[in-house]
Amino acid sequence: MDQPLYQFIVIPLVKIVVILGVLSLIVAYLTFFERKVLAYIQVRLGPNRVGPRGWLQPVADALKLLVKEDLVPGGAQKFVFMLAPALIIVPAFLVFAVIPFGPATRLFGLLPEAIPPYLTDVNIALLFVLGISSIGVYGIILGGWASNNKFSLMGALRSGAQMISYEVPMGFAIISVLLMAGSLSLVKIVEAQQSSHLWFIFPGLLGFGIYFICGVAETNRNPFDLPEAESELVAGFHTEYSGMKFAFFFLAEYTNMLVVSSLATVLFLGGWLRPFPNVAWLGFLGIVPPFVWFALKVAGFIFVYLWFRGTFPRYRFDQLMHVGWKWLLPLSLANVLLVGLIVLLVKG
Amino acid sequence: MVTYVFLVAAVVAVVFSLVTIAHRNPVVNVLSLAIVFFALSAIYAVVGMDFLAAIQLIVYSGAVLVLFLFVIMLLNIRSVERLGSGRPLQAALGAAAAIAVGVAIVLVIGKQAPTFGSLLPGTGKGTAFAIGRSLMTTHLFPFEFISVLLLAALIGALVLARKEER
Repeated sequence: MDQPLYQFIVIPLVKIVVILGVLSLIVAYLTFFERKVLAYIQVRLGPNRVGPRGWLQPVADALKLLVKEDLVPGGAQKFVFMLAPALIIVPAFLVFAVIPFGPATRLFGLLPEAIPPYLTDVNIALLFVLGISSIGVYGIILGGWASNNKFSLMGALRSGAQMISYEVPMGFAIISVLLMAGSLSLVKIVEAQQSSHLWFIFPGLLGFGIYFICGVAETNRNPFDLPEAESELVAGFHTEYSGMKFAFFFLAEYTNMLVVSSLATVLFLGGWLRPFPNVAWLGFLGIVPPFVWFALKVAGFIFVYLWFRGTFPRYRFDQLMHVGWKWLLPLSLANVLLVGLIVLLVKG
Repeated sequence: MVTYVFLVAAVVAVVFSLVTIAHRNPVVNVLSLAIVFFALSAIYAVVGMDFLAAIQLIVYSGAVLVLFLFVIMLLNIRSVERLGSGRPLQAALGAAAAIAVGVAIVLVIGKQAPTFGSLLPGTGKGTAFAIGRSLMTTHLFPFEFISVLLLAALIGALVLARKEER
């Protein structure tokens, strides 16, 4: 009986603790990197006072937010107001239960047997990710509604409309990957890219573009950050939030950026595989551990996010809907047909 | 284990269904309905219908209920007046009829439905593969027919919502 206990309780618990810890740390430091990257894009210094070169800034931020007074506006729906930050951050972290960071590993011989570093691999992992992350929109809508503030409500409505609209072309972009991989399991999708010796970004370039644009819109980032357009809506759905509750909204946004980037890496960039897994003379690239490749690819996407923020102006709302429904949706449908035809011709 | 999860989810679903129809604040109604859908999704997952569980989350919780919330917020309904008809006899008769129909449904389904164990995880009946295959082979015609029907409904809604041309 020890074997099941050790396998079903201890290992998953350790994994959960490690994943949550590492994620929280990464997300905290993402705020720091965002400020630094933006500062360099705008030719200024950025935070550089707390600790060596500003490296302790996230710690200072966290302490500040923790000890700040927690205000609840009068006339707010108190319970829903408290529930909303939890509703947005829990799904964001929950998704990482099925994101495969790397293949089964012995951690350089430290473990007696190979253990997969991800928490679990379910055969509908991709649907699980989509389903769980579609719950996050409740946090935004309810937070905006419960605040009893017109700017919050307008930000929430904008965000809801935006997230539902962009989920549709995103789903079709993902379907094109499913056609190529033939599985909904994220691990199997990576393995399919290994066995076909091809990252899915090459046959699925159009799908990749649609996926990433929709991903940026889903996370409410520039140039799709209308829900919190500060020049029009003060701060959008989180106007009335302060202290740690505000921090939860903020952390959820960064965690969702990580989710979109990780999913893009798994679906289109071969997950933990090294570049060009079919070219033999590039074998020396295999020295770098797989999860480092994964992290590098995710970091690349995150940098693009920050780059967008430093570069693009914001869309107007009618432009946003125009792009989503009149361009991305037909394009993604055409892409499904195209990829389906190619798969049919190649695989017979 | 499966039975306990099922029981908890079933109790949650029934309790929050009652809240959904009884509470006066429409936002609370929608939230309770969301909890009902989560419980249903949990039930689907635990009896091995994992595809249905995910679709339940994506379609009903993720999209349909959000639209409900939208409508309530745009209309800015804060609470609903209790609609008493003032006719206790009719109310009692209506409740009795509803219960009778409910009992009849339970009896009929109880006779016909597969037993609990036949849908447990591992039987492979509720996976994405099995459902996709049956939609594309045995149930191809109903599947396509329903999609045409939905398209017709969509176009109908557009025609109804369109403003008259000058």
